[in-house]
Amino acid sequence: MTVATLVRAGGGARLDGVLSIDRPIIDAIVAHARRDHPDEACGVVAGPAGSDTPSRHIPMANAARSMTFYEFDSMEHLRLWREMDDRDEEPVVIYHSHTATEAYPSRTDVSLAGEPGAHYLLVSTREPDTEEIRSYRIVDGVVTEEPVRIVDAAVDPNAVQSYMFGQSPATVDYECSDR
Amino acid sequence: MAIEVRIPTILRSYTGGAKIVEGAGDTVADLLADLDSRHAGLRGRLVTDAGVLHRFVNVYVNDEDVRFLGALDAKLNDGDSITILPAVAGGAFGFAAAAAIASHTVATRAAAAR
Repeated sequence: MTVATLVRAGGGARLDGVLSIDRPIIDAIVAHARRDHPDEACGVVAGPAGSDTPSRHIPMANAARSMTFYEFDSMEHLRLWREMDDRDEEPVVIYHSHTATEAYPSRTDVSLAGEPGAHYLLVSTREPDTEEIRSYRIVDGVVTEEPVRIVDAAVDPNAVQSYMFGQSPATVDYECSDR
Repeated sequence: MAIEVRIPTILRSYTGGAKIVEGAGDTVADLLADLDSRHAGLRGRLVTDAGVLHRFVNVYVNDEDVRFLGALDAKLNDGDSITILPAVAGGAFGFAAAAAIASHTVATRAAAAR
């Protein structure tokens, strides 16, 4: 990915063209995806409304229990959305796994994407030893990939950000730390 | 009869950005027709051409999914609160076609039953 992607992704309302997310949350998402493999896993990372900061990880059940499809249970969905409303939160990240294909939105993902304000995070678990983690905005059927900046809470986040700035996003950020 | 309807972000273009609107009707179908008279196009996002609730839209009456209450025929009362949420769903491949076929089958069966 290039700087051009950053610029393009920055055209939206409150988008800054990157998903910044704490490492413990990414680790929990990956663990969830591995646990449910070969079925697809899905969930939400909620954050304070308007903050664009994912802070509360909520793994959801895949009501479809499928290797090629995921769907929130409708009642669990309502409960979580109510809870976020009560806490003045919003779904900053909506994630799911692809278990045999790349971490890129399928036509199904695009046609069903109903939260234009969310980062759609995809994790591929097709390789047993490495995960592919990528993030997208999906608005009106248009997919825009954005870098994923994984923030290590154990060190000065500013230092991490400046170090990571300009790096190839997503894969590099993740793989560097994982090895 | 005033019924409060919570509109999801993706449909607020039909309500001038409003998160909550009011409507009236004895059933969900009546309510959606009433809403569509003031928020043109909204109903079309929720109900298919075959006249059934879209497979990937969730509509709730208070705390119940309307699919368990008779779907568009679900009865409404003054003071009910309606919540509309786009289903959170997707997946690797293939399902869009399967869903299209399934909704067509359901619509065909419903039409045959009338």
